[in-house]
Amino acid sequence: MSVLLIAEHDNSTLKVFTLNAISAASKMDADIHVLVAGSGCENVSKEVAAVPLVKKVLICDSPNYKDYLPENLAPLVSKLAEKYDHIVASANTFGKNFMPRVAAALDVSQVSDVIKVNSPDTFLRPIYAGNAFATVKSNDKKKCVTIRPTSFDPAPKTGGSAQVEKVEAVAVPNVSKFIKREETKSERPELGTARVVISGGRGMENADNFKLITAIADKLNAAVGASRAAVDAGYISNDHQVGQTGKVVVPDLYIAVGISGAIQHLAGMKESKIIVAINKDGEAPIFSVADYGLEADLFKALPEFLAELNKLNTIQK
Amino acid sequence: MKILVAVKRVIDYNVQIRVKEDGSGVHTDNVKMSTNPPDDNAIEEAVKLKESGKVKEVVAVTVGEEKAQETVRKALAVGADRGIHVKADSYIEPLGIAKILKKVVEKEKPDMVFLGKQAIDDDCNQTGQMLAAMLNWPQATFTSKVNLKDKAMEIVREIDEGLETLEVNLPAVVTCDLRLNEPRFASLPNIMKAKKKPIDQMIAKDLGVDIANRIQQLKVEEPPRRKGGVKVSSVAELVSKLKNEAKVI
Repeated sequence: MSVLLIAEHDNSTLKVFTLNAISAASKMDADIHVLVAGSGCENVSKEVAAVPLVKKVLICDSPNYKDYLPENLAPLVSKLAEKYDHIVASANTFGKNFMPRVAAALDVSQVSDVIKVNSPDTFLRPIYAGNAFATVKSNDKKKCVTIRPTSFDPAPKTGGSAQVEKVEAVAVPNVSKFIKREETKSERPELGTARVVISGGRGMENADNFKLITAIADKLNAAVGASRAAVDAGYISNDHQVGQTGKVVVPDLYIAVGISGAIQHLAGMKESKIIVAINKDGEAPIFSVADYGLEADLFKALPEFLAELNKLNTIQK
Repeated sequence: MKILVAVKRVIDYNVQIRVKEDGSGVHTDNVKMSTNPPDDNAIEEAVKLKESGKVKEVVAVTVGEEKAQETVRKALAVGADRGIHVKADSYIEPLGIAKILKKVVEKEKPDMVFLGKQAIDDDCNQTGQMLAAMLNWPQATFTSKVNLKDKAMEIVREIDEGLETLEVNLPAVVTCDLRLNEPRFASLPNIMKAKKKPIDQMIAKDLGVDIANRIQQLKVEEPPRRKGGVKVSSVAELVSKLKNEAKVI
């Protein structure tokens, strides 16, 4: 049997994490069908059809699915799920929102936030905010799985020509109403998806000093993060918080500045590919996870860092 | 109106998790346990709505072993009116917990169920959504703002792209984000008073729902350790290593 994967999109373009989910799904079963449910979303279905790993696209074009309300989307997915063994989506706020409703309707115990597919029924997933990894086997006949997008490479986008099939909308309960969506407008990349993250901790001493961090973030096209201590001290708003109770980030490069490295913070960033720590306390626990540690006064090191970056001919974006 | 708040007892977020050598799980003996952090936000919001006069009663419920009662007692100490402890000896998956909570909802008939957005132990992020689906109720997940109206609530939720505003009809399930509010501490007199508040007991396996686990935990292991890094002596050396060795800038 096959995989039903639910595409994430904004009705005009496909969101990239869908490609990561497709690549994860290909390790469960090669027969991948992708559902594009939305309103005026034909362009998205074409994009998905071009992904070589996709065997079939199901498009459900209806005003019911315009705003991806889980109360509306879940009954459609549950109905289509009859013909599938695996129901897959990304473990971001899109997938986390509707997938448990599908699992409940199918009486399936969902496997959340998978970081590795061992076999079609066995998965690796982090627990305790990544402080332990659990290998789990789903004994349900159908599997409802959400995958952590940053743990899988995106599937190639072009070269395929999957068949596109229309599917009928199903009745919606009319119990919720979309009002508005305010996307955070920032010159910088989103914390959760940025290739580079630079974070400040209590060592920054005040909110104003964060401009030392943002100057480097601008240069590296990085997102700005912070430790809970910096957030609690009011240096920066809490949507920048990296850690167990904030965001979990997995960038290629994570730069921790003036952060001691409390357990709560490490849980949110220690899976980063390369970690740099800049701290004047040589005994700070952050150095135990850092690939490159610089024991220095951040107020001297950060301006120097910016000056060194300015000397480089090219910087990866 | 009436709010049911579901709370879970978990390893305290400040405790260093230690994986058992035999791969069967993590150490919980003599480890500090607390209420799951976003569940504290759920209680706080329910109590605030009660204080505003819009809500008459707040009932706190937990599912778990004998000691899980502590989380209910704590909810009572910060303002919940009474508690329910559904006794269960071993771990139950979110699917089973949602079925148990559905039974409690059918008995209590609340207008809203509040939960934390996610438990920090199994990190599943499922229970609230599953409960909403089983009840055919709307859901407000990752909620950071609640505006209660007569027959609906307007909520703001945290999504990856920013914020989303929805109106959900009552009854509804709300899963609470840490940004929803600042949970209060229980005062000593209130802790004493909470000891007199009633906690009803129920037994999970007597509720007539299938709570058998479907997922087998084969192994729990420590995440791969990072190799010991190097200390660099200057900013110039750091930048050079990032550029030429790690190739990340």
